Amino acid sequence: MADDLQLPDLMRTLSHNQQQEATFVEKRYLSVLDKPLESSGELYFIPPNRLEKRTLKPKPETLIVDGDVLIVDQSNRHRFTVSLQERPDISAFVESIRGTLAGDQSALEKFYSIELSGSADRWRLSLVPLRQEMMRIISRIQIAGSQADLTTIEFDFADGDRSEMLVAKARSR
Amino acid sequence: MMPGGRLRALVILLAICLACGFVIARTRFVSDLSAFMPRSPTERQRLLLEQFRDGVIARLVMIGIEGGDAPERARLSRELAAKLRSDRQQFVGVQNGDAATAQRDRDYFLQNRYLLAPDIAPEHFTAEGLHAALLESLDRLSGDAGFLFKNIFPRDPTGETVKVLERFEGRSQPRSVEGVWASPDGKLALLLVQTRAAGSDIEAQSRVVSHIHQVFEAIEHRKTDTRLLMSGTGVLSVASRSAIEGEIARLAMASLALVTCLLLAVYRSPVLFLLGMVPVVLGALVGIAAVSLGFGQVHSLTLGFGTTLIGEAVDYSIYFFIQCFGGPRSDRFWRTIALGVATSIAGYSVLLFSGFPSLAQLGLYSISGLVAAALASRYLLPALMPGRTRLRDLRRPGAVLERLFNQAGRMRWGALAVVLAACAIIVAHSGRIWNRQLNALSPVAHQDQRTDERLRSGLGVSDMRYVAAFAAHDEPSALEQAERAGAVLQNLVDRSVIGGYTSPAFVLPSLAQQRSRQSALPDPAAARSRLNQAIVGLPIRVDRLSGFLSDLQAARTRAPLTRADLDGTSAEMLVDSLLVKRDHDFLVLLPLRTAGAGPPADRIDVDEVGRALGQARLGEVRVVDILEETTSLFDSYLREALMLVAIGCVVIGGLLLASLRSPLRTLRVAAPLACSVACVTATLLLCGVQLTILHLVGLLLAVAIGSNYALFFDMDRAVEDRGQVQVSLVVANLTAVSSFGLLGFSRVPVLSAIGTTVGLGTFLALVFSAMLTRSRPYPDGAGPT
Repeated sequence: MADDLQLPDLMRTLSHNQQQEATFVEKRYLSVLDKPLESSGELYFIPPNRLEKRTLKPKPETLIVDGDVLIVDQSNRHRFTVSLQERPDISAFVESIRGTLAGDQSALEKFYSIELSGSADRWRLSLVPLRQEMMRIISRIQIAGSQADLTTIEFDFADGDRSEMLVAKARSR
Repeated sequence: MMPGGRLRALVILLAICLACGFVIARTRFVSDLSAFMPRSPTERQRLLLEQFRDGVIARLVMIGIEGGDAPERARLSRELAAKLRSDRQQFVGVQNGDAATAQRDRDYFLQNRYLLAPDIAPEHFTAEGLHAALLESLDRLSGDAGFLFKNIFPRDPTGETVKVLERFEGRSQPRSVEGVWASPDGKLALLLVQTRAAGSDIEAQSRVVSHIHQVFEAIEHRKTDTRLLMSGTGVLSVASRSAIEGEIARLAMASLALVTCLLLAVYRSPVLFLLGMVPVVLGALVGIAAVSLGFGQVHSLTLGFGTTLIGEAVDYSIYFFIQCFGGPRSDRFWRTIALGVATSIAGYSVLLFSGFPSLAQLGLYSISGLVAAALASRYLLPALMPGRTRLRDLRRPGAVLERLFNQAGRMRWGALAVVLAACAIIVAHSGRIWNRQLNALSPVAHQDQRTDERLRSGLGVSDMRYVAAFAAHDEPSALEQAERAGAVLQNLVDRSVIGGYTSPAFVLPSLAQQRSRQSALPDPAAARSRLNQAIVGLPIRVDRLSGFLSDLQAARTRAPLTRADLDGTSAEMLVDSLLVKRDHDFLVLLPLRTAGAGPPADRIDVDEVGRALGQARLGEVRVVDILEETTSLFDSYLREALMLVAIGCVVIGGLLLASLRSPLRTLRVAAPLACSVACVTATLLLCGVQLTILHLVGLLLAVAIGSNYALFFDMDRAVEDRGQVQVSLVVANLTAVSSFGLLGFSRVPVLSAIGTTVGLGTFLALVFSAMLTRSRPYPDGAGPT
């Protein structure tokens, strides 16, 4: 099947990504809640390893990952910094998105077993955590996209909770 | 000499030795670091020093594991921590940042949140209060860190655990590698241990150090390239004690050997040599006995300085043997010696007033030792000397020296140029001549100091710069006062005067506070109905919050928290270090963090914090900037030392003037000493050494010893056989330079500072005396024979 996309090909396509800006809408389905929690904002990716997630609603909050450092700035309250090396759990979350955006296969393979399906225009990555401690939190991450753009990111938590993020590309430079 | 006189001298000598031996046998010798802590600081400084010496800070042992790879270091860290934790006899707490302790911490905060959280009040649990808290939690759940909280949301939907944890935000934590604490560069696994024994109990600390080593060595399958590093007040006391004790023995032997060789080479007579050692031994014995009687104890470092006394006390016998063999002109000779001793005493006596016990001991030791040595040389040596003993002919070396000194004298203008250059160097360094750090006076070897800094910065132990402190008569009132002070401090945090603070009441609230929080919790029926009202309009399913309601009820009726509930958590060490039990009361320390914003981002206005706490009528709360206090502490002692040295110089000058009875002669004697001081100071500065009080003391000793040379050169104008005088001066100088020079090689910074300064200073004092004080050379360069 000529249409079948191979992982290295997808990664190569992704790795050519330049600086990107996108908007997102995230829905979290938590079992304790009747309705999903919705938040929205903007995403910025500056290759190879800076990722910014600027949540605008319902509460402004900024998350910046740059290299090994993760900074969360809850504008009106707190700001904390985490070293990714010290928190493998957080690191796994971050690398699923950043590694995909950067087309960094080895970064992804450090934490996940990867399955790819679909075509170049409509691909879907399924990431299953390798480490036991991560498995206890999250059972699967699914990232879908078209060519070099991501369209959805879904987290399936181990306790049945779920989060779904729809990404729409703003423009690329 | 009459045999009767000799017998009497021997009896006196023996009697003095016995008396001193009796005192010394009952003397307590100490080697802790307290001798390097000033004696009479201000109230704030005393608080600080007490903590350094005996407080919990002094009970901390910082451990680093080096070598191997990161997983191996992490394994060793876990094994070592487990073994030490099981030894509750010796260790109060052991922390290495492991997941198990972190889990216990989380459990402690989660399970006790309704007794610990800051906002627990009746209005927090009304329908409106609950609604607001739930809204806030929903925002948190939708935020980026939401997944961290969602598991505890059903039990803690109002986010109390988060609020407890938030109070610790901004406290620096060591970094973590492979799940345990590590140094910033990741090359060391780090542990922090609190010993049960006091930091000043060196015996116990010594056992702790070797015990930790043994446990580490015994860990199974340990890779051989792994190594243990340790530091902390107790560890350093142990290390410096063994270093000092080892050094003293080594230096004393080496110094004695050198002086022995030197004197035997000059005298070529074992009898004269043995006689020459009489004033030295007597001086040392009298010195130790005097310190013992005067201070009640003798610091082993004082013994270290004992080697220096060899260098000075032996001089008197050298002068006597070499100069007095000519004939009966001893009146003039002894007058010069007496003046030399008097100037030395003037120099040393200012040390007696020093705020540093170690320097005061050194002063008393030197004065009593020198007086004893001088008196022994004057009254015992002539009596003990066998009539037939003859000193070998020293005219040949005398002639050589005469030529040498004449040449030196011709270079006096060159010497003055050097001195001017030295003065220029000192002026160029003005402002950074003095080392202002308190540990500059530490007897701890430089390598140990570096290890200490490395472990300290990795563990963040040294980050405590600002602290509010007060005393309370018992633990409950200590915690209550800490809470009242906390309210004031929280207000300052909100106004960004400070960035945050840490209080023992964060993890162990007072009983009153716990009771009041318990009474703020609603009863089961009220809780249920208010929750039902509170969730109206929120996407929360009330049936999932049953854990919340049952936890609330359990918290209402449970027994309050006590110190024992903290066992095994990291909060344990926090409480112990901030709530310090003292002999008669409790000391509470509240570390303050800087706001990190505003113009002086890294400073706290101590006065403003103090005023705010004072207005709240909290009794006496002191706000201390530790860095500022230690610096000003050092500054005040430096000022004191400079003042004392200035007084010493004035007294020496006055003495010289009074006995020489001529301003010109006094100037001729004082000039080489001043030149020597200038050159030594410039040399040290050029070598990158920042001067401490010890260098200052060293310069004073150099002046005291050097004044003898100048005085003899001054005297030799009236003496026919000045060759002999000059030989005696050179021999005396060689012994001083060699014994102080040896001290300069010591690994103990205190000893090496004095050693290098005095060694160089006495040598230069002789050279400058020969150039400036000695009378003009005879036309042909050869002196009269």
